[in-house]
Amino acid sequence: ILNLSFIFFLLTGGSLTKLAYYSTVQHKVARVRSFDHSGKDIENEPLYEISVQEEITARLHFIKFENTYIETCLDFIKDHLVNTETKVIKATGGGAYKFKDLIEKKLGLKVDKEDVMTCLIKGCNFVLRNIPHEVFAYQKDSDTEFRFQTNHPNIFPYLLVNIGSGVSIVKVETEDKFEWIGGSSIGGGTFWGLGALLTKTKKFDELLQLASKGQHTNVDMLVKDVYGGAYQTLGLSGNLIASSFGKSTTADKDFSLEKQSSPKAHLMVVTGRLIPALLQFYRIDDTFFFFFSPHLRTIQLQCFILWQGEVQALFLRHEGYLGAIGAFLKGAEQDNPNQYSWGENYAGSSGLMSTSPDVYPMQRTRSGTFDMLEMDRLERPLVNLPLLKDPSTYIPDTVDLTDDAMARKYWLTCFEEALDGVAKRAAASQPDSIDALQRAEKFRQKYWNKLQTLRQQPFAYGTLTVRSLLDTREHCLNEFNFPDPYSKVKQKENGIALKCFQSVIESLDSLGWEERQFALVKGLLAGNVFDWGAKAVSDPEYVGFLLQEGPPHKCALIFADNSGIDIILGVFPFVRELLSRGTEVILACNSGPALNDVTYSESLIVTERIAAMDPVIQSALREEKLLLVQTGSSSPCLDLSRLDKGLAVLVRERKTDLVIIEGMGRAIHTNYYAALKCESLKLAVIKNSWLADRLGGKIFSVIFKYEVPCK
Amino acid sequence: SPVLWGGGWSILSMASQMLGAPQHEVSQKGAFCSRTEESQPHLSKTDLTARISFFVFLFPWFGLDIGGTLVKLVYFEPKDITAEEEEEEVENLKSIRKYLTSNVAYGSTGIRDVHLELKDLTLCGRKGNLHFIRFPTHDMPAFIQMGSEKHFSSLHTTLCATGGGAYKFEQDFRTMGDLQLCKLDELDCLIKGVLYIDSVGFNGHSECYYFENPTDAERCQKLPFNLENPYPLLLVNIGSGVSILAVYSKENYKRVTGTSLGGGTFFGLCCLLTGCSTFEEALEMASHGDSTKVDKLVRDIYGGDYERFGLPGWAVASSFGNMMSKEKRESVSKEDLAKATLITITNNIGSIARMCALNENINRVVFVGNFLRINTISMRLLAYALDYWSKGQLKALFLEHEGYFGAVGALLELLDSA
Repeated sequence: ILNLSFIFFLLTGGSLTKLAYYSTVQHKVARVRSFDHSGKDIENEPLYEISVQEEITARLHFIKFENTYIETCLDFIKDHLVNTETKVIKATGGGAYKFKDLIEKKLGLKVDKEDVMTCLIKGCNFVLRNIPHEVFAYQKDSDTEFRFQTNHPNIFPYLLVNIGSGVSIVKVETEDKFEWIGGSSIGGGTFWGLGALLTKTKKFDELLQLASKGQHTNVDMLVKDVYGGAYQTLGLSGNLIASSFGKSTTADKDFSLEKQSSPKAHLMVVTGRLIPALLQFYRIDDTFFFFFSPHLRTIQLQCFILWQGEVQALFLRHEGYLGAIGAFLKGAEQDNPNQYSWGENYAGSSGLMSTSPDVYPMQRTRSGTFDMLEMDRLERPLVNLPLLKDPSTYIPDTVDLTDDAMARKYWLTCFEEALDGVAKRAAASQPDSIDALQRAEKFRQKYWNKLQTLRQQPFAYGTLTVRSLLDTREHCLNEFNFPDPYSKVKQKENGIALKCFQSVIESLDSLGWEERQFALVKGLLAGNVFDWGAKAVSDPEYVGFLLQEGPPHKCALIFADNSGIDIILGVFPFVRELLSRGTEVILACNSGPALNDVTYSESLIVTERIAAMDPVIQSALREEKLLLVQTGSSSPCLDLSRLDKGLAVLVRERKTDLVIIEGMGRAIHTNYYAALKCESLKLAVIKNSWLADRLGGKIFSVIFKYEVPCK
Repeated sequence: SPVLWGGGWSILSMASQMLGAPQHEVSQKGAFCSRTEESQPHLSKTDLTARISFFVFLFPWFGLDIGGTLVKLVYFEPKDITAEEEEEEVENLKSIRKYLTSNVAYGSTGIRDVHLELKDLTLCGRKGNLHFIRFPTHDMPAFIQMGSEKHFSSLHTTLCATGGGAYKFEQDFRTMGDLQLCKLDELDCLIKGVLYIDSVGFNGHSECYYFENPTDAERCQKLPFNLENPYPLLLVNIGSGVSILAVYSKENYKRVTGTSLGGGTFFGLCCLLTGCSTFEEALEMASHGDSTKVDKLVRDIYGGDYERFGLPGWAVASSFGNMMSKEKRESVSKEDLAKATLITITNNIGSIARMCALNENINRVVFVGNFLRINTISMRLLAYALDYWSKGQLKALFLEHEGYFGAVGALLELLDSA
């Protein structure tokens, strides 16, 4: 169910319209609620109640489509527009003039025109802040065409090179301070115009395709055409262009223009040498440098090669949406979208196009006419974990699958093979629903398609990682209203584990110190074996380790993993031991469901029940020595650069000096190499034989990584 | 009597009258020095330099600049030939002198720019006229062939050449023409040529000039500019491509940047767009066209000026931008397209030059190169654009001998060696 509240347009003068709208999306969420157990037979009752409720969240949508569909689109908006207070819509770009009357007539709203560059820059700042892996560099002659960058905490200053029909170069210094420092009239419009004049092809996309087939060396005069080789004195390679189109004058040889060559020739000249000169002049060192244009990626990459090495040229995944995003932000200023954190919805977003249009012409056609980006507004702002050693270099992924073809192949296959099971489980989780099977099948199809896209274009959503694969799966499940397929499994396991809690504590308490430490860690690891997200489930073998008693920590931050045995019989006894040592504990659980991971709300109930059985936990809760917090995430993985602000505040307040990260998703796939300012413990059981093999062990080997930061 | 130094390669003539003349220090330049060394293994380099100082070059004196599109040739015609010399002058040399000076066109494509001829020039103690000749680079093989047929190699002269073609055609010169080229760097030659020609002036007039009121057809005036203290100077050489040099002194310069969008692009695109076949034709077409029908201007997008960034409505926002639309494509003439091509290339060069000038903190920009030959549209546009966008800080300067400085520099390098 979609309710539009604000709508904003970016109407380009060309053939594409970008529409940004803000909607409230109703979707189902699983809620847990404690039963009132007074006077009831606890033994035979489930631990807590699960209900599925409707929740309304805010989502930002960005759609790109051809102008021919504008009327259909306006009808759609009209049907869904519920916020009647909206009297004005913001529009920017040349098309704002062109379609003004149509929009005003259709929607009965006033069109308010916004400045293009201002919108563009606003949009750029927004995506830089909110979309991980938004920025990438292009690597020529490399296996991985794209090298994605982690979001830098400080995005300013940067130089924005906007290649639209012309080229504008803007220096952006702060959110509101920017300056036009140059430009060129030779841009996308020149390519299109010249291409249309010189070839039989008149459409932009077709020209691009044609250009990718052409040989610019047939029309361009290269340095080697003039020198016979390189121009050694200046170190200019023979393959550099000396004179664009310079060869098309050659009269002596029987010059026949291969029609497809000329657009390519033009591709190479779009930017020329202007930008390096500008950079020098404005003394912008070590700066981000963006360079984008709707649908001109091929051109960009070609041009970029021209001055590779002189400056760092970076590109944006969502270049085409910036104006629309900016116009939206301008209109929604009273709502201040910048105060929220946003997450890219992988299920609703189409990916980045391939640079080689020939390879996947189908996909290209599709994304050329209809392309979208969705961003969910997160309820609470996300920030860096204050304990990260260096937030600017932190990468929340252990293996870059865009880089590692073998690992990529394995993991994609792994997710493909597991897909049927996931779909079945999803359907089974809602036995009372009549359309559960259908929705599960739709989910299966959607995620399958995403996997196929990623097989062909691993860079479609930024760096491909196990985390992004897992997150995409969660987003797809949510889209088809499977908010928490594991809710019943978790409920049952939590109930069973709780029943064993006291006996586990008793047996632990009977052990001597060293034995107990060993048993506690064994328990932590044993619990982690019961993981529904992993491919294999079996009994573990343990690896012994040595433990020495040291002074207690001030405060430990624990990122919990699975529900049931893991949290109750593994984590809680460990928490109890820490508390007994005088260490405060912050137990961080996911805000939303992911696989069988324990959620924050489940952890509240579980903790309450444990406290009822155990005085240590009870008093710790009462004295606020045990604190339960949410991570802000709904992922089976852990991104320490995007954590709930409340958690970060608490970590700082309590002077946390130990971080414990548990489970494959959090400790292996994402934070295996994460460097922290304090002591850390990363532990997991490797429940995947391929990964175990890769790490040089056997399946169900144990990872127990204790790190002390070097002073 | 001439001294012949091995391999049919003689470059120097010992003129007995020169023996008493003061000895010149030999400059370090000497592609030919190594050559002579090879041929004279028994001579040490010191011996050589000492001996070279006593020699004066045998005629003919040529400087050659082989560019991507055009070959530029300068020829010094001595007017003070003594009877003795006349007698000694070999028949070949005489015929070359006669051929070059009595014609203004050579073959179907070679042209002597008579209006540029520098009269009564004193060069290396000799008085004479400097002639400026050009022909298309694709006729280079024919040129070499002719040199071979006329036994040019028997004249025992050095052929100093610069430009990319000096490298590209070196092999052909050797195998077809039995001639060893003395290859020289084109930027060295360019600067040398500019400084020299400017210093000698243009037959009593100023070599350097600028435009006043460049956009006003009525009031536009070409005025002389005194380039006596030339440094620092931004030198923009627009040939087939473009090189931009920052010149701080005679010896100290650097290539700041360049662009592949140059004269070759203008002519090449014009050929493709209009079917024209000569540069002159392309320019003629451009002079009758209206580029605003082809280009998308700021006012076409914003309805007027783009005030947020201070861009005037008349500025081009997207070159050829109107050609995206079918109707507009059908309504433009070939002349409009030629004009738009010219404006696009010129504006691009202007804006890059402006950025370089700002960057290097230089306010005099000298435009040279054959793109500017008979091309007042571009020159006036460059003059205006530089003045407008720099708010009067930058001055666009032009030189009468536009594209010949590289060739002049090559000739000077030859003479400097003595």
